[in-house]
Amino acid sequence: MSFWTRHQVFEKNSIILIVGILLVIAIGGLVEITPLFYLKSTIEAVDGVRPYTPLELAGRNVYVREGCYLCHSQMIRPLRDEVERYGHFSLAAESMFDHPFQWGSKRTGPDLARVGAKYSDDWHVTHLTNPRAIVPQSVMPGYPFLSATEVDPDTIADHMRTLRTVGVPYTDDQIANAGADLKAQADPDNAGSDAFSKRYAKAVVRNFDGKTGTPTEMDALIAYLQMLGTLVDFKIYNEKANLR
Amino acid sequence: MVSGAVFFQRESAMSQPSISKSMTSGESGLAVVFAATAFLCVIAAAKALDAPFAFHAALSAAASVAAVFCIVNRYFERPAALPPAEINGRPNYNMGPIKFSSFMAMFWGIAGFLVGLIIASQLAWPALNFDLPWISFGRLRPLHTSAVIFAFGGNVLIATSFYVVQKSCRVRLAGDLAPWFVVVGYNFFILVAGTGYLLGVTQSKEYAEPEWYADLWLTIVWVVYLLVFLATIIKRKEPHIFVANWFYLAFIVTIAVLHLGNNSALPVSVFGSKSYVAWGGIQDAMFQWWYGHNAVGFFLTAGFLAIMYYFIPKRAERPIYSYRLSIIHFWALIFLYIWAGPHHLHYTALPDWTQTLGMTFSIMLWMPSWGGMINGLMTLSGAWDKLRTDPVLRMLVVSVAFYGMSTFEGPMMSIKVVNSLSHYTDWTIGHVHSGALGWVGFVSFGALYCLVPWAWNRKGLYSLKLVNWHFWVATLGIVLYISAMWVSGILQGLMWRAYTSLGFLEYSFIETVEAMHPFYVIRAAGGGLFLIGALIMAYNLWMTVRVGEAEVQMPVALQPAE
Repeated sequence: MSFWTRHQVFEKNSIILIVGILLVIAIGGLVEITPLFYLKSTIEAVDGVRPYTPLELAGRNVYVREGCYLCHSQMIRPLRDEVERYGHFSLAAESMFDHPFQWGSKRTGPDLARVGAKYSDDWHVTHLTNPRAIVPQSVMPGYPFLSATEVDPDTIADHMRTLRTVGVPYTDDQIANAGADLKAQADPDNAGSDAFSKRYAKAVVRNFDGKTGTPTEMDALIAYLQMLGTLVDFKIYNEKANLR
Repeated sequence: MVSGAVFFQRESAMSQPSISKSMTSGESGLAVVFAATAFLCVIAAAKALDAPFAFHAALSAAASVAAVFCIVNRYFERPAALPPAEINGRPNYNMGPIKFSSFMAMFWGIAGFLVGLIIASQLAWPALNFDLPWISFGRLRPLHTSAVIFAFGGNVLIATSFYVVQKSCRVRLAGDLAPWFVVVGYNFFILVAGTGYLLGVTQSKEYAEPEWYADLWLTIVWVVYLLVFLATIIKRKEPHIFVANWFYLAFIVTIAVLHLGNNSALPVSVFGSKSYVAWGGIQDAMFQWWYGHNAVGFFLTAGFLAIMYYFIPKRAERPIYSYRLSIIHFWALIFLYIWAGPHHLHYTALPDWTQTLGMTFSIMLWMPSWGGMINGLMTLSGAWDKLRTDPVLRMLVVSVAFYGMSTFEGPMMSIKVVNSLSHYTDWTIGHVHSGALGWVGFVSFGALYCLVPWAWNRKGLYSLKLVNWHFWVATLGIVLYISAMWVSGILQGLMWRAYTSLGFLEYSFIETVEAMHPFYVIRAAGGGLFLIGALIMAYNLWMTVRVGEAEVQMPVALQPAE
């Protein structure tokens, strides 16, 4: 019996055809995806990467909501021009707590993987409100409405709890104090800011949008942008330690 | 709708022997389920944590009530017996859901092209964002991609698959309410997804942006779609399952697998719109592009190849060039495509071995892709002269040529060194649109130009001259679009890596943005022409249905198409 005659079993039986399709499409995905969950070399061991603070998380949700990832990547490739333009190439560990990832696929605007601490908070407020006030040739939309919307400190703990379920190592302490921490990070005079700084290493406490009161979405987004790429200290990062 | 009567005529009552009329278990069951859903949605709306969720819950409640009304009203208006599977020994094809999906395809197509034109203009003239959240680029871009891929493309696929599976199996579509549930349910998913984007509801996974509740609804609709399609195949009158149906089946099954894998997410609350994806970082990136590339491979390729395998032979009145080639084409394509995802992640933090696998399989993918193209093009053997006289066939054939072009460009761009230049630039956008506008767009237009007269039982199209206009206006639009994006993409890639003689980066980022402006204007013009072409098409199809002469080729007491 020739191959072509044997193939008729698929042409004459829809269930066998479906099973055949399922088997054939399963292979590639299984081979490429499953090892990423257990091969140790996939994510390098590195110091400094921590889960987002409540305010940064709220800011990240604004970033996701407004579709920033459609024009800004967060993934510096190990190419000479990119490393010189943006900084050290991105490590897998740096996005390990990102649900979902924000690597992006297009650079209508520049990469943001290491935008943290490059510009002042004032710069960000002005730029987000009206990009062309600072960069006349920019094609970025303005986001003046972010300053007018407050972040809800009461629900952020639920978000952190959900993230913990999918694998982000938030502690009970961090979740219990989420609402207070959210306010404390945007208010240096807040009594809780010391306790907050202990809970989140390298987290910056500042009044990001320069206005008093409950943090706004502008505070949150800038807090997020200002921490991007700042967690790993590349002066002490040992690339060779990860060769195995 | 003004001419709803013309568009979606009910099956005319037949003189049946008097049977006592009662609701089928499907009718009563679905009515009860929708009534319960309406109740649950009202509760969800009342307890909603955020405004978009409340809006969607209320929308779903209203839709559920409308569904109950439609089911009951349909019951009262229908004759006692359900439409027979056969009349005088010939299949009584079910055309209603096909008409609905064809209409929605044209509607969403125009909406999607229009939003595309708007966002293209926003990139050229950013003031068009108006500083408003609902119409800023970041929210409209997913609206554009979902509207053209899932709303336009999806409706074309559902309409043609329901047509092809009936005709090639020579049986009436399985199910009574189920096909209607699929077409209406799918379009409701589109409505929820689209309004969600405008309100800022997104999980930020490209081409899988809808949040968890929309994803759940789509899962239900998709399973019913698979069941209707499969049940129709199972009761077929032909011994063999026709080639096009293999491709439709692979498309439906694989999209289900991809959808479930990529959208595994945990909602923060069942009364809120926000969820967090189960996967993080690298694994999420891999899941995303396993999904994303195979949304291209199975939604935009396998599904539309099914259209090619039915509509081109039908329109050219020639058999498929090689049956054996189609067997190889089918298995090789679906096996290789699924591996190609990592080429979206070259030089990222994804491990090298995964990137290399992705690149290798992407290059191999060139072969089955061109095998399929050859099978489609060579089907015209002996009928090439029809290209001069039949603009619909020309559209179908040119679509296959565009398919060949973009399936060469794709493997080339998946090579790592090429990708290091093209990635993150407009070259990707140009590549996508040569496939999307040229291949998916044209093959869909060609299929709809065939399908509308067939489904509405018309002798032919209202005007072939207008099809010709559509063809040339749209082709010019595509050429402007893709050449502008090639130039801007390569230019931008080269400017990013340009160094001065002293070893400094030559251009700041904003200089590369500024250099894109003229190309963004040309791109918007190209998109505008493509939209004008679609408007010409909509008018032509509308007039075909409104004033077209009815086909009367079968004087036997054959039921006119529904």
